[in-house]
Amino acid sequence: MPVSTLRPVSSEEIEALAIGAWILGTGGGGSPYYALLNMRTLYRDGTVVSLMDARDLDDDDLVAVVSNMGAPLVGQERLTDPATIARAVRMMEEHLGREFRAIMSVEIGGGNAIQPFMAAALLGKPVVDADAMGRAFPEAQMTSFAIHDLPMFPLTLADVRDNEVIVTRAASWKWMERLSRKVCVEVGSIAATCKAPRTGREVKECGILGTTTKAIRLGQAVQEARRQHRDPVAAVLQTEGGRLLFSGKVQDVERRTTEGFLRGTARLDGLDQDRERQFTLAFQNEFAVGWLDGEPCVMTPDLICVLDSISGEAIGTETLRYGQRVRVVALPAPPILTTPKGLTHVGPRAFGYDLDFVSVFS
Amino acid sequence: MRIGIDVGGTNTDAVVLDGATVVHAVKTPTTADVMGGIMRALRDVLDTSGVATGAIDAVMIGTTHFTNAVIQRRDLTPVAAIRIGLPASASLRPFVDWPDDLAAIVRGAIFMVEGGHEYDGRPIVPLDVAAVRRAARQIRESGIRGVAIASVFSPLNAACEIAAAEVVRDECPDVAITLSHELGRIGLLERENVALLNAALLDLARRTTRAFTDALRGSGIPAPLYLTQNDGTVTIASVAETFPVFAFASGPTNSMRGAAFLSKLADALVIDVGGTTTDVGCLRHGFPREANNVVHVGGVRTLFRMPDLLSLGLGGGSLVTEEPLSVGPVSVGYGLTERALVFGGGELTATDVAVAAGLVDLGDRRRVASLPAGLVKKALARMRAMIDESVDRMKPDASEMPLVAVGGGSFLVPPALDGISDVVLVPHHAVANAVGAAIAQVSGEVDQIFQDLTRDEAIAEARRLAEDRAVRAGADPATLNVVEVEDLPISYLPGNSLRTRVRVVGDVTSHRSR
Repeated sequence: MPVSTLRPVSSEEIEALAIGAWILGTGGGGSPYYALLNMRTLYRDGTVVSLMDARDLDDDDLVAVVSNMGAPLVGQERLTDPATIARAVRMMEEHLGREFRAIMSVEIGGGNAIQPFMAAALLGKPVVDADAMGRAFPEAQMTSFAIHDLPMFPLTLADVRDNEVIVTRAASWKWMERLSRKVCVEVGSIAATCKAPRTGREVKECGILGTTTKAIRLGQAVQEARRQHRDPVAAVLQTEGGRLLFSGKVQDVERRTTEGFLRGTARLDGLDQDRERQFTLAFQNEFAVGWLDGEPCVMTPDLICVLDSISGEAIGTETLRYGQRVRVVALPAPPILTTPKGLTHVGPRAFGYDLDFVSVFS
Repeated sequence: MRIGIDVGGTNTDAVVLDGATVVHAVKTPTTADVMGGIMRALRDVLDTSGVATGAIDAVMIGTTHFTNAVIQRRDLTPVAAIRIGLPASASLRPFVDWPDDLAAIVRGAIFMVEGGHEYDGRPIVPLDVAAVRRAARQIRESGIRGVAIASVFSPLNAACEIAAAEVVRDECPDVAITLSHELGRIGLLERENVALLNAALLDLARRTTRAFTDALRGSGIPAPLYLTQNDGTVTIASVAETFPVFAFASGPTNSMRGAAFLSKLADALVIDVGGTTTDVGCLRHGFPREANNVVHVGGVRTLFRMPDLLSLGLGGGSLVTEEPLSVGPVSVGYGLTERALVFGGGELTATDVAVAAGLVDLGDRRRVASLPAGLVKKALARMRAMIDESVDRMKPDASEMPLVAVGGGSFLVPPALDGISDVVLVPHHAVANAVGAAIAQVSGEVDQIFQDLTRDEAIAEARRLAEDRAVRAGADPATLNVVEVEDLPISYLPGNSLRTRVRVVGDVTSHRSR
C-alpha cells in the first residue's frame, strides 16, 4: 500500500462543497441541502471525514461508488439518511466478500456530491477525491465508467425498511437502469444505491479525478468573494478557468415534464455589455445547449451554469423564473467527456440536438 | 361600517370604512405598549370621525405581533414535536435547521415514531399508536402545553396526524395541538417548522386576541373582532388564535389588498414604500400572488401560504451618502421627523433628496436648498434603479402592467417605469394597509385528495367543506362565492384519485343582522 495522504475535511469545507456541487450541477443534480444538513449534524457530533487522493489507491483496492436514487419530490418528505447509504455500501461488501478501501460519488454535481461523505462518516472510511461525471447528468450511462465500457453490475439498493435488493447482473446500462428504477419505485421512489464497485486502478484510469476538491474550491471562491463584497461570478470564472457567456435577465421560461425529465427552454434578454442581445437555453434536467442570438454558442458536455448575478448562487432549471438577473457561465468539461466516444454518451446528440460538439474552450 | 387597524413596526394605522368609502383615517406611532396604541387608535378614529360605536359591524386587526415574537425570540413557549415517519427521515430530527437561540427556547421534547405515508398513498409502516401514547404521557408529565405533529406526506394523507392527535388529546386534554397538514405543503422539514412555530405561538396568540377583544370592549364597540391573514382575508379571532402563523406577513398583504381596493385594479403590481423598507408584490384577481418557495421567518425555513414579496432596504428614512454613493439599507426609521435635514436634523435621507428634487413638500425645504444638484440627481437615479429592478423582478412575465404605489414613502416611486403601463397613485395611500384590513372578506379553503368520486362529486364535496370552514371563520353563509376551483388527477395514486382545491370567499357576518 503506497503512503496515502488522507486529509481531514473541515466543516467549513463541507459547506463550500455544497455550494460548489450545486454550481457543478449545471441546473440539475438535486439540491444538496438535506445532505448538507446531515453532514452538519454528523460534524456537530464530532465526526470528521477524510479525503483521499485517487492516486494513492492501490490498483487492486476496491472503491464503493454511491448515489441516492429517486424523485426530487419524494426526497423532500423522505429525507436522505446516512444510515441508508452506509447500508448500501455494507450490502455490497457482504455480496463481494471484500471490504472497500474508500467511497466515491458517481456524480459531483448536486446532492450526490455529499452522499459518499454521509456513508464515509458512518463507516469510518475515506472519500476518494473523484467522481464519474465531473458535473451532473440525468442517466446512468452518462459516466466516465460507461464511456470506458466498464461493467455496470452488480448494484445494491437499500430501502429504509428491511428491504435490500441486489441486481447481480444486467444485460446493458439500459437494463440496469430499468431494473433498479423498478425496485426504486416499489420502495417509494427513493433508495440508496451502491453502484458497480471499482478497483483502484479503474478509478485512477477511468474516473474523473480531483472533482471533490474542485467543488470545494469553487464554493470557497464564492464564499470568499461574498465576504469581501467582490463579484462571486468573477471568482467562479477565475477559479475554474471559466468563460462568461452572457449577462441578462430571464424573459421567458417554458417547462414540461416528459419521460421523467424536466425539459424546457429559457429565453434571456441581455443587460450591460450584452444589451440588445438574446440568449436561449435548452435544458433536460441540466442545461444542455445555449444559443446566442440564434447561433449555438455552448453545448453539453461543457458545463453550462446559470448563476445569480449578485450572489453567485447557482439557479436550478426548476427555479428559473421571469425577472431573475443571471449570468451564464461555461466551465470546461473533463477531457474524457469530449472524446469521440465520450460525446456519443454525453454530447449534444445524446440529448437529441443535431449539433456537432464545439467546445467554448477549443 | 368597519374599522381596519394595521399595527406595523413604526405606525399603527386605523380607518373607518363605510361601504366603499374611507370615512376617516388616522396614523399613530406604534408604542411599546401595543394594546395602548390600539386603544388610542380606536379612540382617535371614533372621536374624530364621530361614528357611533354601535354602527360598527366589524373590526379587523392586522398585526406583526407573531412575526416579531419569532424574530425577537420572545413570548414563545416550548413545544413537543411528534414526528411520524420512522424508519424514514430518521437522521434529520425536528428543529435540525433552526437557529440555535430559537431552538433553545422552543425545543421542549422530540418524539420520533413509526408511521407516515408514501407519495402514492401506501403507508410507509403502520402508525405506532403505542409509541404515540407513550410520547403523550411523557408530554403530560413534562408539563409542555404545545404539541406539533408532522407525518411524512401528510398533505397527501393526513390519517396518521389525525390519529396521533386523538391519542394525544386523550392523554393530555389540556395541550394545544397543531397538525402540519393544516398549515403547510410538501416538504417535511419546512412544513414541520411551520407547525412548530405555530405551536410555540399559541399562548401569545390567545393572550393577544383576548387583549384585542378587551380593547374593543373597553372602547365600547360591540362588533366582532377579526384578524387579518396572509392570504388577504380575515378570520374571526377565536379561530385565528389557533393559527397565528397565518398572520405572518399580513401587513404587506393588507397593503396590497388596500391598493387593489383603492385603485380598483385586480391585476397589478404593488409597491409599498415605508420608512425603512419597501415591499413589492403582485396582485392576481385582487389577491397577493403566493410564494411557491421557501420563506425564512426569524431564520427558520418555512413552506406554506405566504405572499410572494420582494423586500428592499429603501424607504423615506433611508440614509444617503455621497462618496461612495449609497441609499439605504440603514434608515433613521421612525426617527425621520427628528433626524432628517428637512425636519431640522443632521442626517441626509431619501426624504430630503425627494424634497430637494421637488417630488414632495415636507418639513422645511430651505434646509436642503444647498444640496448639490449632482448629488440629488445621482441619488434619485440610484433609487429609481433599485425600484426599477425590484418591480421588474416581481412581474409575472414581460408584458406591461400597472403599478400601484402606496405607503408613506410612495413619493420616491418615479412617475414612469420601464415595463410598467401606468404608475397609479391612490387617495389614502399612506393607510392602504388599514384599508386592506377593513375591506377583507372571510375565506375557506380545501386542498385535499378525494378518492372514488367523479370530478363533479369531488368538487361539490370540496366546496361543501370549504364553505363550512368559511362559516366557521366568520363568513355570512348567504354571501359565499367560489373564487377558485382547481383539480388535478393524480395518476400514481391508487383508485380514482383527484386532488381538488376549492376556495370560497364571503363577507363577514354583520353582528347587527344576527
